[in-house]
Amino acid sequence: MNWALFPQFFVTGLLNGGPIALVALGLVLIFKSSKIFNFAQGHILMLGTFTAWWLLTQAALPTWAGIGLALVVVMLMGFAIERVALRPLVGQPLLSIILMTLALSQVMQGGAILLFTAQQRRFPQLFPLEPYKLPEITIGETTVRIILKQNLVWSFVIAMVAVVLFALFFQYTRMGLAMRATAEDHQLARSIGLRVNHIFGLAWAISGVVATVGGILLASLSGLGLELSIIALKAFPAVLLGGLESIPGAIIGGLAIGAIEALVQGLPKDSTIRSMWPIAPYIVLVIALIVRPEGLFGLKRIERI
Amino acid sequence: MALRVAGDFDTSYARDMATLRQPWHWWALLGFLAVLALLPQVAGSYLLGILNTIAITVITVQGLNILTGYAGQISLGQAAFMTVGGYISALLVSRLGLSFFVALPLAGLGAGLVGLAFGLPSLRVKGFYLAMATLAAQFIIPWFVRNAYRDVLNGAQGLVVPVPELAGVRFDTPNSYFYITLAVVCISTYVAHNIGRSRLGRALIAIRDNDLAAEVLGINPFKYKLQAFFISAFYAGVAGALWAHYTRHINSETFDLIDSVWFLGMVVIGGLGTSNGPIFGAVFVRLLREAVVLLSPALGRLFPALEANILAALGPIVFGTALMLFLIFEPHGLAHRWQVLKAAWRLRPFAH
Repeated sequence: MNWALFPQFFVTGLLNGGPIALVALGLVLIFKSSKIFNFAQGHILMLGTFTAWWLLTQAALPTWAGIGLALVVVMLMGFAIERVALRPLVGQPLLSIILMTLALSQVMQGGAILLFTAQQRRFPQLFPLEPYKLPEITIGETTVRIILKQNLVWSFVIAMVAVVLFALFFQYTRMGLAMRATAEDHQLARSIGLRVNHIFGLAWAISGVVATVGGILLASLSGLGLELSIIALKAFPAVLLGGLESIPGAIIGGLAIGAIEALVQGLPKDSTIRSMWPIAPYIVLVIALIVRPEGLFGLKRIERI
Repeated sequence: MALRVAGDFDTSYARDMATLRQPWHWWALLGFLAVLALLPQVAGSYLLGILNTIAITVITVQGLNILTGYAGQISLGQAAFMTVGGYISALLVSRLGLSFFVALPLAGLGAGLVGLAFGLPSLRVKGFYLAMATLAAQFIIPWFVRNAYRDVLNGAQGLVVPVPELAGVRFDTPNSYFYITLAVVCISTYVAHNIGRSRLGRALIAIRDNDLAAEVLGINPFKYKLQAFFISAFYAGVAGALWAHYTRHINSETFDLIDSVWFLGMVVIGGLGTSNGPIFGAVFVRLLREAVVLLSPALGRLFPALEANILAALGPIVFGTALMLFLIFEPHGLAHRWQVLKAAWRLRPFAH
């Protein structure tokens, strides 16, 4: 282990966790309101990011307009998914709904290839490349240097702002209250006059937007391609680690997964262990499932017959 | 239960439980098997190639159906267990010189044990939590075969798998290999059908419908869930070994996450928790895939800009759309349609 590198990898990992946390936040939003675990999240954000790429490069819109328009498209997509695919399944077992999201992901995968082809694209730079350098700290013999890429810092900041906004939204707005009520009990929510279907649609729309922001940040960092959807597969361990119902849990889980990945990738001397970094989140996932299935901040459900 | 003609009663329990109820059922089954057995002598290798693919898919989907259809546990790791089976069989035959026909059940056994390990979280979690555990299998197992024991597993290159031989006969063409897959499909169908109506199958159905109620009835959910995991992974291992020896090559990417999703889709399209559902589902989806493959050159000429990607795009779209339509309009799958059709035939010309 090379401890002088620890702070650099740890901080980079935390910042890498920013986009993961955003995607995880989207998953939690949907789960909180409708108890659906969305396997199509990665493909929604991939399509959203491709739309943003198309608007920015092919249609040559200014940055704010392109990204704004792409987010509107994703929002409409969220409403459409709820209306076309999920409303007919109300009352169906969990398996049907999980499979529906998997089927949606397949359709979107094909659609993305059809609309944008399978080529690797360069996403326009949103932030300057010049990294921030923190002052060097010398402890004993080791000198600690930390270099931060601006994209990472900004995606981290955006993730944090999103969390605070959503916490406020759920706590203080009527819509947030309605969403929390729907999550608690669909029948009850209906009986006090909430339109549960609209709330589901809204949850899908918001979650798509949040995830797409994460996707755009990630694409501006490492390019755009079909494999962007894989980020969502890293958000699953993050969500389960943090707890399925908890918004802060999703953020902490996302950051933790980012940090764990970076540390496994950078620190150990043995190259086999270093090559474990892509599966480190899933090992964490299995451990979390066995040790604490409800996650760090999730709710423990007590079941009755 | 199938609709029966009025006045057609069973006079013994054995007759009541029989699957093949009439003499002509036996003749139909034997005739069907005889046609299948004669096919490799008369048909070309293209048709037999498709049939082999379908047969191997049927086996793995039957396993998944026991876990997902009967026991209600969602698994996204079926393809990973196929990888395990394929590697075990390939290593046993090429390194230890075992016969393929000995290695095949051992591959199933090995995959079953790995499946047990990933089924362990079912002690504490269920529903999509379990889907997550099996999703982890889908990442951890391919990583393992790609990176661990490179001198044995040969890293990302994978292994070259020998051709099965029995008493001097080499099964190296799709036509000859079909006899192996046909035999294994017959055995696996027989076993899967009987698991569904045995004590084990009924316990699994009870757990699927309400696990707490099942536990109150004296069924140990953990034990039965683990059995379902083992059987499911066993089937996957056998199917993976069959596939590896058929294509004579296996690596960590032979079976991936998308395959697992497709297998789940096949279970639903065929009909969850039915014994003929996996056959319907696998045949339907594989034939749909073949139709897409056949149609895509024509579509590629219509839209020249998309020509290179048309197959990669259409495959998932067609499959995803089919799955969505089945989930919305026929969640009981093709097996249910088949029952309805049989009932209508029996009652003809009356409507009810």
